Amino acid sequence: MTTVATTKTTLSSLTGGELPRWTPWAVLAAAQALGLVVLGTANLAGAIVSGVVLYLVTIAALSGVVEGRRKATDRLVTSLVVAAFVIATVPLVSVTWTALSLGLRRFDAVFFTHSMAGVVGEGGGALHAIIGTLLITLAATVISVPIGLMTSIYLVEYGRGPLARVITFFVDVMTGIPSIVAGLFAYALFSMMFGPGHRSGISGAVALSVLMIPVVVRSSEEMLRIVPNELREAAYALGVPKWLTIVKVVLPTCIAGIMTGVVLAIARVIGETAPLLLTAGYIANMNYNLFADRMTTLPLFVFTTYRNSGGTDVTDLDRAWAGSLVLILIVLALNLAARLIARYFAPKTGR
Amino acid sequence: MMILMDDTATGGRSAGSFQGKPRPGDRVFAGTALGAGILILVILAAVTAFLLIQGVPGMLADPADAPTTLGQSASFWHYVGPLAFGTVWASLLALLFAVPLSIGIALFISHYAPRKLAALLGYVIDLLAAVPSVVYGLWGITVFAPAVVPIYTWLNAHLGWIPLFAGTVSVTGRTILTAAMVLAVMVLPIITAICREVFLQTPRLHEEAALALGATRWEMIRMAVLPFARPGIISGAMLGLGRALGETMAVAMVLSASGIVTFQLLTAANPSTIPANIALKFGEAGYGLNVNVLIGTGLVLFVVTFAVNALARWIVNRRKDFSGAN
Repeated sequence: MTTVATTKTTLSSLTGGELPRWTPWAVLAAAQALGLVVLGTANLAGAIVSGVVLYLVTIAALSGVVEGRRKATDRLVTSLVVAAFVIATVPLVSVTWTALSLGLRRFDAVFFTHSMAGVVGEGGGALHAIIGTLLITLAATVISVPIGLMTSIYLVEYGRGPLARVITFFVDVMTGIPSIVAGLFAYALFSMMFGPGHRSGISGAVALSVLMIPVVVRSSEEMLRIVPNELREAAYALGVPKWLTIVKVVLPTCIAGIMTGVVLAIARVIGETAPLLLTAGYIANMNYNLFADRMTTLPLFVFTTYRNSGGTDVTDLDRAWAGSLVLILIVLALNLAARLIARYFAPKTGR
Repeated sequence: MMILMDDTATGGRSAGSFQGKPRPGDRVFAGTALGAGILILVILAAVTAFLLIQGVPGMLADPADAPTTLGQSASFWHYVGPLAFGTVWASLLALLFAVPLSIGIALFISHYAPRKLAALLGYVIDLLAAVPSVVYGLWGITVFAPAVVPIYTWLNAHLGWIPLFAGTVSVTGRTILTAAMVLAVMVLPIITAICREVFLQTPRLHEEAALALGATRWEMIRMAVLPFARPGIISGAMLGLGRALGETMAVAMVLSASGIVTFQLLTAANPSTIPANIALKFGEAGYGLNVNVLIGTGLVLFVVTFAVNALARWIVNRRKDFSGAN
């Protein structure tokens, strides 16, 4: 504090045309207080918003008078930029809060140990949906990871010329396929093979794979590219064949990054609803068989129970929110796992 | 050395000429890798082919043969027209909210926030992308839509003379504006991520030069960062648009749609979107031509998103070639 004070006194001629450091905070507090006083606590959101607007006007005017127009613009933009970030966190906080407060009502043992088979009214759970989600996502991972990984190996280690460029372009195209289109594709494919109206877990997994493969390719490709060339050249110099170099040198070096990418890809598709709505469908019973009959997944469970509730039935709404909470927790856990893998097994770049 | 120099990725090309005997392991492995790459092309071709096989009959269908979906529409194109309008309209509205916000957030993370906090704040925004779309739908319909009704009423009362805000305000708040705002939240993370990336790539020297000439932080951003990042912002917005066009569940749950063409934002009668329409009608369509019509609309959506994404990629790649900075 003393240093700040002395700096101020000695440099007063330089800082003369400048607002003190604390001005923005003071103005913000005053504006919020005024907003609360005028509009009252009943309309809290309105009070806060009008307080922010008041702050923006005041700080710009104040700075314009004391510091000049350029500084005033700078302060206004700073406030707007911070406001943009705060606005973006509002839905995040709101979603988290709602999911927690409403989801915890049915976040009990019954929810995790029962299906919805024969449930009328209270009770019932999402075990069938959790199992279905795990099975379908596992199947999608088993399909996507080998294809995605081998493609990225081709692009980085072998691919030259037009074919590699074409594949790169179409992987980009695949990234942009809308999820519902992937669902329509899987539906069309399976209904042409097994008759119209076919529903099964595996067709859902195929739809998810279409969405997952490009993500895996992209992330693995990025990881393979950061493996230093010196490692490959050292292996070649020792007479190691190229494929063994890739399997024993390149892949182990960047395996953590690839795993991170795969986990993030899983996190991305595990919350997909639309493609599964068209392919795997919804059923209230347990189904452990990927290749026959409908199979419920968590997103579908949430969607269907909400539809059943008609927007009003509290029992169903609570189930839907509990399902949402489980889904959010799974996705968060996957994201966290990806971060941990990336941190503790960071790619060894040799530097 | 020259060969290795232009061979940025592996340096493996020159090895071929020194290789003595062909190794079976190499052959198999290279073949598998090539096969996987070609498989991707096959999958994409299959997606297109199956959509065409199943969708084209729907596009040519007589309305009398597909009563559940086509209903009163005179033809497939009369049916898909309003849906396509709704899809584009909702996505553009979403972009209108999302792009300025994303630029602000990205600037905050890259140039305003304390360095140590920046990574954490970036993670917070990434979390927005982690929330599944069905949860956004549920949140949108139970929390967000009721919360915006007072704002809509106010807008309608005071700015009702603007055609956009005219009409009778929806009592549920499940309007296209609400859907667009939920969509905006969902596309925020991707646009922010790309903007942040290009903002961080701004040449340090440009920024420091601007600051050294006495520019304020905003002037530095306006003169050094934004011009450099403009192609990145545009392509980020296009990718966000692609995402918004294809987003299904949030719109399907939030929007109370009636399949009309209108620019009014606050009424209970809203245009539907292609993906939401597919998701909601698929169950009752059963199978046969009704489904083919829906697959046909999916094909239209596929073509539109393909065009948008290709344009975005083209802008990104063009920037790579012509960017003067390194």
